[in-house]
Amino acid sequence: MPAFPKTWLWGLLAAAFLIPLLRPLLPDLVSDYRLFLVSTMIIASIAVLGLNLLTGFNGQISLGHSAFYAVGAYTAAILMDKLDMPYYATLPIAAVVCFIVGYLFGLPALKLEGHYLALATFALALSVPQILKYKWLEDLTGGVQGIVLSKPEVPFGLPLTEDQWLYYYCLVIMVLLYWAAANILNSRSGRAMMAIRDQYLAADTMGIDTSLYKTVTFGISAAYTGIAGALSASAIAFVAPDSFNFFLSIKFLIGLVVGGVGSLAGSVVGGIFYVLVDNSAQALSTFVKNDLGLPFDLSAYTVFGILLIVLMYLMPMGVVGGVYYLARSMRTMRGPQAKEQATLKQRVSG
Amino acid sequence: MEQFLQQIASGLANGAIYACVALALVMIYVSTDHINFAQGEMAMFSTYISWQLMSWGLSFWVAFIAAVAFSFMLGVLIERVILRPLHSAPVLSIVVVFIGLLAICNSVAGAIWSYLIKEYPSPFPKSSFGIAGVIGPHQLGVVIVTLIVLGLLFAFFRYTPLGLAMRAAAQNPQMARLVGVRVDWMLALGWGLAAAVGAVAGIMVAHIVYLDPNMMGGILLYAFAGALVGGIGNPGGAVLGGFIVGVLENMVAFAGNQIEKATGVYIIGNGEKLTVALIIVIFVLTVKPAGLFGRVVVKRV
Amino acid sequence: MKTNRRTFVGGLSAAAMLSGSRVAFAQKKYDDGATDKEIKIGHTNPYSGPASSYGVIGKAEQAYWKGVNDRGGINGRMINFISLDDGYSPPKTVEMVRQLVEQDKVLCLFNTLGTPTNTAIHKYVNQKKIPHLFVATGASKWGHYKEFPWTMGYQPDYHTEAVIYAKHILANIKDAKIAVLMQNDDYGKDYWEGFKDGLGKEVSRVVKHVTYEVTDPTVDSQVIQLKDSGANVFFNISIPKFAAQSMRKAANIDWKPAIYLNNVSGQVTTTMKPAGFENVQGVITAAWLKDPTDHQWDNDEEMKTWREWMAKYNPNGNLGDVNYVYAYSVCYLMEQTLKKCGDNLTRENLMHQAASHQKLRVPGLLPGITVSTGPTDYYPVQALQLQRFKGETWELFGDIMHAESS
Repeated sequence: MPAFPKTWLWGLLAAAFLIPLLRPLLPDLVSDYRLFLVSTMIIASIAVLGLNLLTGFNGQISLGHSAFYAVGAYTAAILMDKLDMPYYATLPIAAVVCFIVGYLFGLPALKLEGHYLALATFALALSVPQILKYKWLEDLTGGVQGIVLSKPEVPFGLPLTEDQWLYYYCLVIMVLLYWAAANILNSRSGRAMMAIRDQYLAADTMGIDTSLYKTVTFGISAAYTGIAGALSASAIAFVAPDSFNFFLSIKFLIGLVVGGVGSLAGSVVGGIFYVLVDNSAQALSTFVKNDLGLPFDLSAYTVFGILLIVLMYLMPMGVVGGVYYLARSMRTMRGPQAKEQATLKQRVSG
Repeated sequence: MEQFLQQIASGLANGAIYACVALALVMIYVSTDHINFAQGEMAMFSTYISWQLMSWGLSFWVAFIAAVAFSFMLGVLIERVILRPLHSAPVLSIVVVFIGLLAICNSVAGAIWSYLIKEYPSPFPKSSFGIAGVIGPHQLGVVIVTLIVLGLLFAFFRYTPLGLAMRAAAQNPQMARLVGVRVDWMLALGWGLAAAVGAVAGIMVAHIVYLDPNMMGGILLYAFAGALVGGIGNPGGAVLGGFIVGVLENMVAFAGNQIEKATGVYIIGNGEKLTVALIIVIFVLTVKPAGLFGRVVVKRV
Repeated sequence: MKTNRRTFVGGLSAAAMLSGSRVAFAQKKYDDGATDKEIKIGHTNPYSGPASSYGVIGKAEQAYWKGVNDRGGINGRMINFISLDDGYSPPKTVEMVRQLVEQDKVLCLFNTLGTPTNTAIHKYVNQKKIPHLFVATGASKWGHYKEFPWTMGYQPDYHTEAVIYAKHILANIKDAKIAVLMQNDDYGKDYWEGFKDGLGKEVSRVVKHVTYEVTDPTVDSQVIQLKDSGANVFFNISIPKFAAQSMRKAANIDWKPAIYLNNVSGQVTTTMKPAGFENVQGVITAAWLKDPTDHQWDNDEEMKTWREWMAKYNPNGNLGDVNYVYAYSVCYLMEQTLKKCGDNLTRENLMHQAASHQKLRVPGLLPGITVSTGPTDYYPVQALQLQRFKGETWELFGDIMHAESS
């Protein structure tokens, strides 16, 4: 998939930075609540990007990214709560911790493929809430009560609200992380990662140190999702073990699949998507009940489940992939290429 | 000593549950090479169907047979309609579809039958059936039913031509086609059987854990652990694995208990059962992926 | 909704112009969420996810407010009850509550369910000065009027309930050796802390304390451990499914302690029947609501009204589910609180009215239990009565035990 057109990218970035500043002018449109919501979408996009790096670009299936998200969130929470660390300092530490955890998990994962890896990560996701409640860690983690935190304060007396600041904070982090990811993927390492995904044996034979790449990618992927978790600890200002259960992994999976496996832009779309559906599930359910007259309560998970299956048929490349192919097929229908194709056809047929 | 025996007995009883579900998991794996993450939810759904039939007046065993038959057909249907077009799709797509099935089964069951727990009857006579004080009649019944199902499956695969055809289709689809086996239908059949076995598991389990949409959630991981320990390609091994996991789980808690009694220090106990299952899964997958009884598969390059 | 200052000033000047010789009529004061025509109430509930069995409470409450609107609303205003699903996940609750407060601009939050979920929004609602009324959790921390003046609980808290059990055990069971089964989360911990407090110096009477997770398929192994401790009292802190399992298992392995069961699982249809009636004779629990399966309420006026309400607004509801009685009672309390506000529908006044109930009779509560609140008493219901299981239903005994704070 090609890189996102550069002009579009700059345009979107500019919009992302400038629109929230319009808050005094359009208080209802650019409300604190909306900014908060968009911040959660940004966090979701980062988490999905983490999963995408591992699964989309490196071919290792993970159903357990909720575990890394939890580790990131708790690391940040414990640092802020016990050591009084400022919120921005927790990010690099959370990233390092998650990298290590991911790397360690990647080691035994080397021997696993496809279904088996999915199974191992599935087991990880299911057991994380329990591990977080472990008695010996209770003093650190607050056990089942969780840890209450404070939202990041606006620094330097800037004339911003807390939610505006949170938004910019998340946005800057996201831009940095995506830029880093794009660089990794465009480099030799990135190509090696994708080679491992596409043709493992060929990559191995050609001298790529597949074990190293696979485990390091696991680490990086865990670090990304962990950073998302750490950001969420600040945004929600609360962590509790039961927030990080298997359903969270399902949401990441949705984001991955809907946005586009193996696509950076797709990760953004995916993150936005699953937050939107999650929040609109209620409205959807009311719609189904009242307007369509069905006697069932449509919960978000039914929608997610159906979407997952349907997308595998109609748009296995996700929304971004679908748009790309649509754009490409539209382009080939007109312009100089079309003329060439037409003449070629003529020559061949007769 | 009494506690020790009781823990073993209770572990065996739990293990019977895991063994039953593990059997269904193995069925899918053997016939299609896939790991069905949605197995637990499908089994739960079938159990609700049987409950519904009973609440409409059918007796336990009639509802049982009807639900199992219905699940069989549902399994075949799922394979034909949803999985067939994805035969050559990458593993990720298939895993995603399974997760989708999991989500749908769970939320639809909740939508139709609500999340309040329901009592589920036991077909086994109340008294003079179990070993009093150690294992109850229903739990003994579960063990027996699991072994019967295992025996039936074994006989089916070993001694019937259809069973032979299924095994052939799973092991070597190309050759099987050449010999005239309709491989596609064998896959569908495998799914149907697995769904049926899952229904049996769910129905047996429901009396113990009470019927609610989330009842299989906790069991699934233990069932996976059991199937892996015994060898995911081996039905008998999976059943044994289920029992082992059940007993092991209790033994860990028991040992932790004793340690706490002796030293006053809590190291491990009831709160860590899922973690133990996780460790088992990871350990088996990395150290001995074939489990105790599975065959090591060597891939030709 | 424009700021209340403008409407207030507008109203005041209008009144000033109109009054003259007439006695000044009551001022209409509104905060966001209240108008001449409607009152918006915000609510979150787990309609999906692991705690979705409590979704019935939310549904019942929707039905109640519909009934109120059918009868003409409260003081002529319709109730717009906005109930959102948070799946029992604290981050989701935060999102939903922010939506309710900042987007939908509700007047107040009502009966939001769950301890971790309410903890996540606790600071926020108090910062924003949103009445956070009658939260649906028994945790004891919702009555701290000093630090959190906008949050008020409703049901007797778990801590108080456990203290009552502890005192009853000490008073009635000679040489008690106590075994405790506890769900390993906040609700379980709350009961456990209360129990220990209630035992005081005698806390060493607890010879065994085991926990379980909601994901455990059975608690058989735990029950076996408890029997092995030689205890003759069993304090059972578990939700219906595990309460039923544990009591059944105890009977199966011939362990017959005196059982004290937490109120959360004290229902006949979801706990006692599945456990097997013969296994639960003599079990003691505390109650504050009328159990609809208890035949002594068959001809009770309040329950008759309740049943009519169920038939009209919840035809598919399970008449044996005490959650419906709970929902009915807490909605009634809210309705009365709103009525008392009259035309002064500011958040401050709402809080004030909520904190000034004097022995209010709320239908569904046991006879003798009333709701009292005050500026320093943010615990509406603080009385319980013990009941013992006999035959196929509960039998109340003893006096109402009050733990009202001044």
